Amino acid sequence: MRRVVVIGWALAAPALVVILVFFAVPVVMGLSLSLTDFDLYALADLSTLRFVGLDNYARLLQTPLFWQALGNTLYFVAIGVPVSIGLSLGAALLLNARVAKWQPFFRTALFAPVVTTVVAVAVIWRYLLHTRYGLINQTLGSIGIDPIDWLGDPHWSMPSIILFAAWKNFGYNMIILLAALQAVPREIYESARVDGAGPMRQFTDLTFPLLTPTLVMVGIMTLAGYFQLFAEPYVMTQGGPLRSTVSVLYFMYEEGFRWWNLGYASAVAFMLFFIIFVVSAGLLRFDRDPAGSPA
Amino acid sequence: MGREAEVVAELLPAFKARHPQIEVRVQQLPWTAAHEKLLTAYAGGSLPDLCQLGNTWLPELTALDALEPLDARAREAGIATDDYFAGILDTNRMSTANGDRLFGLPWYVDTRVLFYRTDLLREAGHSEPPQSWAEWVGAMRAVRQRGGASRYGVLLPLNEPDPLFAMALQQGPLLNDDATRGAFAQPGFRRALGFYTSLFHEGLAPALGAAQISNVWDEFARGLFTFYVSGPWNIGEFRRRLPRERQQDWATAPLPGPDGPGVSTAGGSSLVLFKGSPRKDAAWRLIAFLSEPETMQRFHALTGNLPPRRSAWQAPALAADVPSQAFASQLERVRAAPKIPEWERIFQEMQGAAERVVHKTQGIDAATVQLDAWVDALLEKRRWLRARTTAVAAAR
Repeated sequence: MRRVVVIGWALAAPALVVILVFFAVPVVMGLSLSLTDFDLYALADLSTLRFVGLDNYARLLQTPLFWQALGNTLYFVAIGVPVSIGLSLGAALLLNARVAKWQPFFRTALFAPVVTTVVAVAVIWRYLLHTRYGLINQTLGSIGIDPIDWLGDPHWSMPSIILFAAWKNFGYNMIILLAALQAVPREIYESARVDGAGPMRQFTDLTFPLLTPTLVMVGIMTLAGYFQLFAEPYVMTQGGPLRSTVSVLYFMYEEGFRWWNLGYASAVAFMLFFIIFVVSAGLLRFDRDPAGSPA
Repeated sequence: MGREAEVVAELLPAFKARHPQIEVRVQQLPWTAAHEKLLTAYAGGSLPDLCQLGNTWLPELTALDALEPLDARAREAGIATDDYFAGILDTNRMSTANGDRLFGLPWYVDTRVLFYRTDLLREAGHSEPPQSWAEWVGAMRAVRQRGGASRYGVLLPLNEPDPLFAMALQQGPLLNDDATRGAFAQPGFRRALGFYTSLFHEGLAPALGAAQISNVWDEFARGLFTFYVSGPWNIGEFRRRLPRERQQDWATAPLPGPDGPGVSTAGGSSLVLFKGSPRKDAAWRLIAFLSEPETMQRFHALTGNLPPRRSAWQAPALAADVPSQAFASQLERVRAAPKIPEWERIFQEMQGAAERVVHKTQGIDAATVQLDAWVDALLEKRRWLRARTTAVAAAR
């Protein structure tokens, strides 16, 4: 028995060492960094580093820009996640429909945005969203809608970012949901039809409950990913206009790498981790006790 | 960096001819990423030998002790430092434990002056550009009275801190106690902020950001505003972008001050030598070459960047260029920004406070007190460092 234990640990050791070196150590270092005032002066002369306890966190909670960034991020998550998953589910259902033709072609085409580089497609989207020459405004103009300054107007900047992010990411979840849909045996639908269930009933009482575990998993992953919004505003708006697209991660990046307040930026990182952790835990409860499940 | 990095390649053959044994490799950085890349390079120990540096970044890299003092080298090479505009050269002088040292040589300069419509000003009864705040306001009121609601006196884009900063420099220091506390609630800055915001409240300036004005040059040609506070790059832009029939109708003038010609900002780029470089002598030769008045004149011909040495201004291309003359005279009256690494942040926050006053969400008193509190909190580490240095000195 003891030998088995030793062998087990020995086999797991390489993976454990990698996790320790590349995950546990950086996390502990980051956490200790967040308790100091590591800044430009400390970078020049380490003796000026001070231990400040939880001051960074206290200061963070009093920083208006942090709350604004959190508000922007929640806006992005609250709208972006449902839109993105809705698109994925819709596309997956269409692809899974019996009448769908050229299924492999559409699957590839809809998945394509996921494998493109954010920066490259962001440049294309900036053309599309251009106030005067953009395709979107020209289309709107042809049906009589005045041009909208998508990325320059603080009211439209976040919706534009959401649109871009949803387009960029929905293909990934679509593939996962499609796989889950294809795992459902067709016979179940046949018996449902025999029992007289229309397409609507089939979706609400069959497809949706069967998809719930997959949807929760997809939801948590999308949520965690969307909370870490960074590349889209970094490339498209640099946080503007009027800081309306500053996300928590963008705020952290500015504090850390623009102003070099690494201690403070680490505190932002742990605060974001804490928020994502709480929200994901909340979603997981959904999985164990799906709301609306028949008693 | 930016356009300069492309152009410098055209200056290098002359350098190569003089120093065939030195090989120069130019690495281009976009301005938007340069600051982060330099700090990361410092942390990673991979800084270049020499570099172009925005002169507001010098305090930061001096605080990191990354730059080589240049006083001795400049003296040996016979570079006449008094040939440089004093205010610009001053931005490269930092106080160290061993007294003030020169850490960079100015490469090109940037300051803010008035661009204005000569025809509109004349129609409003002013043949000369204003020299003092009172004259300026008088001219703007006259323009507005003549032109009605579609005419503003001046465009001061709300997201640009430079105009307010220039007005504040005209009023005195912005930081107190060895640059460890804000002086924004002091009478000097409050006068500057009061003047700046009154232009908006009186309807002489539109409360718009640059993003909301789709095209500054179109609006200038159309006469939406008569004055515009801007920098040297706009000389070229105005020539390129204003319609032909408007080319006779614009001019530049030094910035008006509270009571007569005022000071303006001392911006631009410097050439610096990094302490960690193993090839300092060769790198210095390149800096010396780029600092020669003749090289500066070629550089100006290629980019339109204004040279920091008075002797370089004797070139016909500059001495005969009318719009540049306002810059030549303004450069004799420029003042350095506070030389601390945190300045860039304070600069942005200052404009945020001004925006709140312009939009009347805060009064001048509340805004300046809040700004000082924010600055004091930001500079806490500087006070601590200063106290520590004094304690160490006392212990010895």
